[in-house]
Amino acid sequence: MQEQEEETPVFTEESDIAVTVNGHRYEKRVPVRLLLSDFLRHDLHLTGTHIGCEHGVCGCCTVLLNGEAVRSCLMFAVQADGMVVTTIEGMAGTNSDLHPIQQAFQEKHGLQCGFCTPGIIMSVHAMLHENPNPSDEEIRHELSGNICRCTGYQNIVEAVKLAAERLRQQQREVQ
Amino acid sequence: MATRWFGASIPRIEDPRLLRGRGTFVDDIDLPEMLHAAALRSTHARARIQSLDTTAARALPGVHLVLTAADLGELLEPSPLLVPHHALTQPRTQLPLALNEVHYVGEAVAFVVADSRYIAEDALDLIEVEYEPLPVVHSLEVAEALDAPLVHADVPGNVAAHLVQTVGDPDAVFEDAPHVIRETIVMDRGAAMPMECRGVLARWDAHETMLTCWISTQGPIPIRNGLAAIFHLPEHKVRVIAPDVGGGFGTKIMLFYPEEILTPFAAIHLGRPVKWIEDRREHFISANQERSQIHEVEYAFDDQGILLAVRDKFLHDAGAYTPYGIIVPIISACTLPGPYRLRNYYSEFTVLYTNKVPVSPYRGAGRPHAVFVMERIMDRIAKELNLDRAEVRSRNFIQPDEFPWDVGLVYQDGGPTKYDSGNYQAGLDKLKALLDYDNFSAMQAEARQQGRYLGIGISCYVEGTGIGPYEGAQVRVESDGRVFASTGVTTQGQAHFTTFAQIVADQLGVDPKDVLVTTGDSQAFYWGVGTYASRAATIAGTAMHLAAAKVREKTKRVAADLFEASPDDIELADGKVFVKDAPHRSLTLGQVAISANPLRYAYGENARKLMSIKLAGPRPGPALPPERGAPGLEASEFYSPPHGSFASGAHGAIIEVDPKTGMVTFVKYVAVHDCGRVINPTVVEGQVHGGVAQGIGGAFYERLVYDNEGQLINASFMDYLLPTAAEIPPITVDHVETPSPLNPLGVKGAGEAGVIPVPALFASAIDDALSEFGIRVREMPLHPRRLYEILREAKDQ
Repeated sequence: MQEQEEETPVFTEESDIAVTVNGHRYEKRVPVRLLLSDFLRHDLHLTGTHIGCEHGVCGCCTVLLNGEAVRSCLMFAVQADGMVVTTIEGMAGTNSDLHPIQQAFQEKHGLQCGFCTPGIIMSVHAMLHENPNPSDEEIRHELSGNICRCTGYQNIVEAVKLAAERLRQQQREVQ
Repeated sequence: MATRWFGASIPRIEDPRLLRGRGTFVDDIDLPEMLHAAALRSTHARARIQSLDTTAARALPGVHLVLTAADLGELLEPSPLLVPHHALTQPRTQLPLALNEVHYVGEAVAFVVADSRYIAEDALDLIEVEYEPLPVVHSLEVAEALDAPLVHADVPGNVAAHLVQTVGDPDAVFEDAPHVIRETIVMDRGAAMPMECRGVLARWDAHETMLTCWISTQGPIPIRNGLAAIFHLPEHKVRVIAPDVGGGFGTKIMLFYPEEILTPFAAIHLGRPVKWIEDRREHFISANQERSQIHEVEYAFDDQGILLAVRDKFLHDAGAYTPYGIIVPIISACTLPGPYRLRNYYSEFTVLYTNKVPVSPYRGAGRPHAVFVMERIMDRIAKELNLDRAEVRSRNFIQPDEFPWDVGLVYQDGGPTKYDSGNYQAGLDKLKALLDYDNFSAMQAEARQQGRYLGIGISCYVEGTGIGPYEGAQVRVESDGRVFASTGVTTQGQAHFTTFAQIVADQLGVDPKDVLVTTGDSQAFYWGVGTYASRAATIAGTAMHLAAAKVREKTKRVAADLFEASPDDIELADGKVFVKDAPHRSLTLGQVAISANPLRYAYGENARKLMSIKLAGPRPGPALPPERGAPGLEASEFYSPPHGSFASGAHGAIIEVDPKTGMVTFVKYVAVHDCGRVINPTVVEGQVHGGVAQGIGGAFYERLVYDNEGQLINASFMDYLLPTAAEIPPITVDHVETPSPLNPLGVKGAGEAGVIPVPALFASAIDDALSEFGIRVREMPLHPRRLYEILREAKDQ
């Protein structure tokens, strides 16, 4: 027990970071051991990013980091210093319509309890950016990094197909 | 009145909020001054606690409270036995924190409250516990052995309960039966694994002497009642809210989990809000589990394949405690007869303690095991007599004109196991058509020529749903014409904000979007039980219907007075209340609500417009005449069913097995489901999809593996494999609608159905695919390696 005091862990080290989240630049001093997921949820109050396992399997905490889908529970906030993060709250404006992916999830009943949903939407966003016209098999393969315990995935696949179709349509209209 | 919204696949009202990331799950709530808790859990399955030193933890800066059993005072009481039963002679429930001895890996030993979860976990590392390990009961086989160690020193033989039920005279039938077979059928542990772990946030308001708790639970009202008793508070001074709940599947109907007592205790003690959020590893070792049973079943049948009698003796693994009584094995015993005319049945079960996480219902709750046993019987009869598997089932089905059908057993709710309605053959016929069952053998033969092993499986089941005791609902029209509807049940994904709104909208002639449903807040609705046993739509839904119908009648009476018309001539539609055949004599529903509340002061647009409309003046006498009762358009109603309603279904699948690896893939999956009248088909189909996915997980991917020391060795999502989109096949769903005669809506429960027949179906399909090896599957779950072993054993013989 005498050695205990010397061994008492000290995790007080902090660091300054600047992160752009959903278009807002935040400058914060954070403990170096703070997870990015906890930083988003507790420091920035962006609680739409959920935490389902904290070991990088379930995908609930998926956000876009410089446009790529990452697990925010597997990163420290300090590692996001200088980067651009998009969370579910950044998908559609406060009073604007739902993003086509969100809209498709409602129309196809692609969510039940809604806990895994923000992570899945972010993964789908990244997936459709890479591959605007995925096959069913590709969708299922890409989605396999996100666990949903409610839907059995079928309506999620349908929602992704509908969203992909609408986004392609939008793209054609822009061109 | 023709219903309009009931039966429509409208989009879910709750979705936009959840899709925008604006749901409110417990961990999303952030209160000023809030502290964070973490629990220290036993690392031994059975051990004596020799010493517990929290000195260093208490000294860590940022730590506000460290609780051990010694600090709990009068709170150190075993949690209540939720469902007592005369056969449960040795109930044992858990202390909020272990005292002297631990009984499973994961049992809470200490509870730390600190400025952050990070510091709280640092403090856990500083708590020194010395354990003296004791012999461990890690399986049913060990628990049953004559010289078994004891999970609880004062429970001889580890036997918690023993129950026998008999229908008819099975012994006599067995004596003369043409065919008798006996076999052992085993199901191992799995878990619900909702994506949101458990969580509790408690706030004590000393000024109002009010305790408010947000809990990720399926039963906030029983928790409210319990917390009031535990903390000696009036019930109305405790508010329990189940906000958005990220899946429950039964795990969260359990109460009290220790943290549900420790967190409010800490909040009261510290005078600051305290939040405890379970992490996934904790969930694996401290949230209740299910499924482990060993059945020794004996069955007798005749030359035509008619099942004459069943004798089933099974062991049920309770884990370390029995907080939920013996509900699960009772359901197994009562579900086993299924859709078949079984008139001679002996059922005996023994509930044994083991040094594992306690068992309480997980979606399906005892039913997948029973269906597995019965459907294995049906397949075996077919095989022995060289009959078609579907044909054997048809020969044994209860016929549509035989309802109500009394199985002759006492169900989990203490009432009869009595099927209210059903049409099992219609379901099987639909399944066969969708599966192209009759042409499968040609497909199978062709595949086999190419060296591929295809198999078809079918499974039929009956599910007790919609049990009592009761639920209630309150419906109130507000001044702006929107309708407030609340009930005590919770929502963890079942779309109650939509389906209850559909039920209410039909009665009040409004759009479901204008019905604002509140669930799971003890302050919004005082009475109720919870969302479990596929009962919310049936029981709370019926209460919603009754309350809305009462409001409708009152609306008609109030409007009739205003229009000087007969109530029978008043109609409600499109948010308006009008005189039949004279639609110009019309008010909005909100205006009628204002008129029903004889205030001096009424506000808002509806009230101003109301002033300008020429209506009958108030009658002489009291402003609220006695026949009108209360002010406003408001009613509360309760519904208590005579007994549970029984849904049913038939699932079928075509699979392909790779005998070299034991890997199985689904070629086709079809689910035909009968839950009576369907409120929202899209929602029901979603429930079935999700259930099937959990069933496939439970049949092939998910198995909780405990080693001989009672350590759960796959306590992470890396090792306990939940199926992903890549493993779950497209599922075809179709319905048979046999209305329940027990409630005015004709509905039955749908929540658990999908999961129930899957293990049986999977076994049936594997047997078929590997028939040339003489495989007979008698255990679940099967994972690829185990299937490979079974194949090798078969080849070696």
